[in-house]
Amino acid sequence: MDRFVEHTINILPVLLEGLGVTLKLTVISAFFGTLLGLLAALARISRKPFLTGPASVYVNLFRGTPLLLQLLFIYNALPQVGIKIPAFESAVLGYSLNSGAYIAEIIRAAIQSIDRGQMEAARSLGMSYGLAMRRVILPQTYRRLLPPMVNEMSALTKDTSLASVISILELMKYSSQFVSRTNLAWQTYVWTAAFYLVVTMSLSALASRLEKKLEARG
Amino acid sequence: MAEPIIVIEGLKKSFGKLEVLKGIDLTIRKGEVVVVIGPSGSGKSTLLRCINFLEQPTAGRVLFHGEEVGQRLVGGRLVPLPEKVLDQQRARMGMVFQRFNLFPHMTALENVIEAPVQVRRMPRAEAEELGLRLHRRVGLADKASQYPNFLSGGQQQRVAIARALAMEPDVMLFDEPTSALDPELVGEVLQVMQDLANDGMTMVVVTHEMGFAREVGDRVLFMDGGLIVEEGPPEQIFSEPRHPRTREFLSKVLH
Repeated sequence: MDRFVEHTINILPVLLEGLGVTLKLTVISAFFGTLLGLLAALARISRKPFLTGPASVYVNLFRGTPLLLQLLFIYNALPQVGIKIPAFESAVLGYSLNSGAYIAEIIRAAIQSIDRGQMEAARSLGMSYGLAMRRVILPQTYRRLLPPMVNEMSALTKDTSLASVISILELMKYSSQFVSRTNLAWQTYVWTAAFYLVVTMSLSALASRLEKKLEARG
Repeated sequence: MAEPIIVIEGLKKSFGKLEVLKGIDLTIRKGEVVVVIGPSGSGKSTLLRCINFLEQPTAGRVLFHGEEVGQRLVGGRLVPLPEKVLDQQRARMGMVFQRFNLFPHMTALENVIEAPVQVRRMPRAEAEELGLRLHRRVGLADKASQYPNFLSGGQQQRVAIARALAMEPDVMLFDEPTSALDPELVGEVLQVMQDLANDGMTMVVVTHEMGFAREVGDRVLFMDGGLIVEEGPPEQIFSEPRHPRTREFLSKVLH
């Protein structure tokens, strides 16, 4: 028992430091990914070829290739054409672009699930397309967006463990380094799993609270 | 004769190969209540939706206060007008839909004041006053803070009418406003529409309610196969229809 306490005391500060990086990477990428996803979704449904074209290419490219490849490409291949981005920024760029592509499809599906009559009613009142989208259509998607967005955010949290390939020290990397240093694989991995679980389960809990709040309107 | 508000000339509309409107000419004057009847698929709703450009006419034109709606003929081609112009035209035409299309995330009052606040930039307090006045007008003063899902179909449709009226339109377009309602709720919506007609509102009403057409309509149009087959005052259309297809239709719906 003493040894268990001792190990725990040694492991936790190391993992906490890694968790900090993981959270920072996740939150920043989630923010830019959501922004990108919203823009790409709006572009794809716009019926304007100069918007739908690039948006489709973007979504297909980043959903159709491995995330690992995207990260390595940004970090290793771009410098060869003169674009040097520091490791953390490279990771943010990669995760934002990748999650943005998935979020674009989530938002697009949610917008298209709203009854066509809603847009017609808004337009018939003299509202512009943009105003109708902002005031009438998008607010109705929030509830439908929550479950798939929680999925996406959980996936993003876990996917940040790949960032170690471009020399980012995050939770998973700290964890595996600690194991190779101390050979305490069992304890370390269980604690690491617990850290990831706390993050993803907090996300789910937050989402169900939001969902209940939005449901109050009936 | 009162000034024309809507003038429709040679209006045609096709969906792919299917021609739904085959050439409609129609003038609607200020204060007139025009009721459009006819079998399903005759093009009634499409005609109504072409007036405010929810459907784009394939040929011909719709004039609102003498201005082309949505598109203009330039060098033999129909060219869309700037969205801003179309938005301003639509703001002056109210539309009421078969399925109400209230915004479910807003209360009844918020539905009514949304366009005045967002489109006309009316101060919120003033808009709320207007909204409450309109709620009283459609008999729903006590329902202003309810969300649409908690209202009956008839109440929802009356809120939808109030919402359209809030933009102070020059004409109201009704697209089968009672067709989605339980029979016992039809009367309250027709009553509101009749009051509106009595107040002098210009109205185009697509409906299957023959009683309303007969009592409230100034003019009844019978459409079939994408054309206006017959039109006239309700007494004439309902008592002595001239066209055999009108007679056939009326014999089926009036029994």
